[in-house]
Amino acid sequence: MSFVDIRHLTRVFDVSKPWLNRVIERLPKARLTAVSDVSLQIEERSVYALVGESGSGKSTIGKMLVGLLPPSDGQIEVDGVDLATETDAETRDRMRAEIQMIFQDPYASLNPRWKVRDIIAEPVAARGSETRGLAERLLEQVGLSALDADKFPHQFSGGQRQRICVARALASEPKLIVCDEPTSALDVSVQAQVLNLMSDLKDEFGLTYLFISHDLTVVRHMADRIGVLYLGQLVEEADSDTLFEDPKHPYTQMLLAAAPKLDSFGREEEPPTGEIPDPINPPPGCVFNPRCPLATDLCRVERPDMRQAGGTRVACHMVPPG
Amino acid sequence: MDPVLSVRDLVVEIPTRHGVLRPVDGVSYDLAPGEILGVVGESGAGKSMTGNAVIGLLDRPAHIASGEILLHGRRIDNLPLKEMRKIRGKEIGMVFQDPLTSLNPLLPVGEQLSETIQTHLKVSAQEARDRALAALEEVGIPAAAERMGSFPHEFSGGMRQRVVIALALCAEPSLVIADEPTTALDVSVQAQIIALLKRLCHDHGTAVILVTHDMGVIAEAADRVAVMYAGQLAEIGPVREVMTTPRHPYTDGLIGSMPAHSAGHDRLRQIPGAMPRLNALPPGCAFAPRCPYAQDKCRAAPHPDLNAGAACWFPMEAAS
Repeated sequence: MSFVDIRHLTRVFDVSKPWLNRVIERLPKARLTAVSDVSLQIEERSVYALVGESGSGKSTIGKMLVGLLPPSDGQIEVDGVDLATETDAETRDRMRAEIQMIFQDPYASLNPRWKVRDIIAEPVAARGSETRGLAERLLEQVGLSALDADKFPHQFSGGQRQRICVARALASEPKLIVCDEPTSALDVSVQAQVLNLMSDLKDEFGLTYLFISHDLTVVRHMADRIGVLYLGQLVEEADSDTLFEDPKHPYTQMLLAAAPKLDSFGREEEPPTGEIPDPINPPPGCVFNPRCPLATDLCRVERPDMRQAGGTRVACHMVPPG
Repeated sequence: MDPVLSVRDLVVEIPTRHGVLRPVDGVSYDLAPGEILGVVGESGAGKSMTGNAVIGLLDRPAHIASGEILLHGRRIDNLPLKEMRKIRGKEIGMVFQDPLTSLNPLLPVGEQLSETIQTHLKVSAQEARDRALAALEEVGIPAAAERMGSFPHEFSGGMRQRVVIALALCAEPSLVIADEPTTALDVSVQAQIIALLKRLCHDHGTAVILVTHDMGVIAEAADRVAVMYAGQLAEIGPVREVMTTPRHPYTDGLIGSMPAHSAGHDRLRQIPGAMPRLNALPPGCAFAPRCPYAQDKCRAAPHPDLNAGAACWFPMEAAS
């Protein structure tokens, strides 16, 4: 059994106008399906990456996994425990400590009025445990100095702040860390430092990562298994190498072709056409059909199920199963 | 051919209480008609500041302390504000990172375009409208005639950036400064915008300064690339040469630290440390503290002028 087991996960947001406007303007309720029937498994001590463009629901899945948002439908089990339905307070507390999160913007996710020591020790102190020397030890582990514990967040650069965020996540001795675009706000050379650090810590502490990113090159470097999301649906899932060498879903193929490459000097390729449709009124059938070069009548009517094709799971009518 | 733009030893200074900062320090380059120059570097390297200096949009107290900026051989860095306003939009167009904040939210896009055209070209209102419509069609807005009356918030991010590009090009400038034009966009839309920018500038013979932190975008779009570090040009040259055989150790490190470059390796190559703050620049070459090849000469003397494309005492050999 997998460490993380997500089954038929769905999240719907109510984005209607206030009720008075609805009455006067005769508008129906508007619902946005951010995540639609997503099922996936994450093995222990592996890195699972979710990629997709904005609005694909990757951050929403991350938030539901850590419990910041309740699912509208479906189950999430981590280590055999479903946080949404678990009634035993002790198990719930333990699981909450074991799942931690690192956010995108290290400038917004650290309290500017707190010293680094307090920021790092807070999750442990909140549970009433002993925290003496903890912050200093963790700071050295993430490549900062123990003396930095008495400084404030503004005294650090972006990359150093993200290291502090990593140290804070590690303070609870987690098993699973959800990393939501952890390096998108950083410069390339600093991004490399943080990614290397995260790989090292994974091996050292036996961590499992859910790695959320829009950057395909970062994902390829970090992930063991990759799930591609489009408009809230999982369209393809495969091992990192398989996905990049043999993408099956037309969306994955488009995404890989569109990404700028270092050796594509003066590329004169036709860029992909169209944009992501409105998630409040998604197209019927397969959500990708308006932009898909292979779309048939079936694709415009029926949503494809996930099927196995080699080592890949793919949701496309046009990919032969096998 | 005469260059469209010549920047000579440009120095931008910001006086502060604790001394004078130099976010741009001795930058020189030429830009030929129709050429796309990519300016790349990390945040704080001075790449946007250089672009803003060219178009005369430096926020006080930042100012040009020395150096010259020549547009078609005419100095524009010391022009009075009124003269500069005529050049902005007419001869130099600008595309910013965030398309929502660069459009007026209270005016339909058609009006914004025809207003710009009428300000800079002597045409009738009807002619300006026709040109605005043609500009929208040219950047690939579907059903352009109906979208003339739409407001910026009614467009998606990619479509908005198309409108901004139409706005930058509608007075037929000879130079466009594009400051991170695709950073706020998704990958598939980014590819469309880059292709559009390339096609339009090729068709109109417009030169472009493309400021970005993304080496991939540069490789795809630029003819030449300038790498900036701590306010100075570290390296400048044809894009293929710089990307495949970088001569400055910083360029080499920057390219090497990209995940795409380390496919199949367990660890990414990283440049140790971070870019120095402008108020704490080392005495010698600004990159020396992070440079794996630094020697005593690098730490003592400021780096040499750009010789053979790289501002380095010990440029890397093509073979290594």
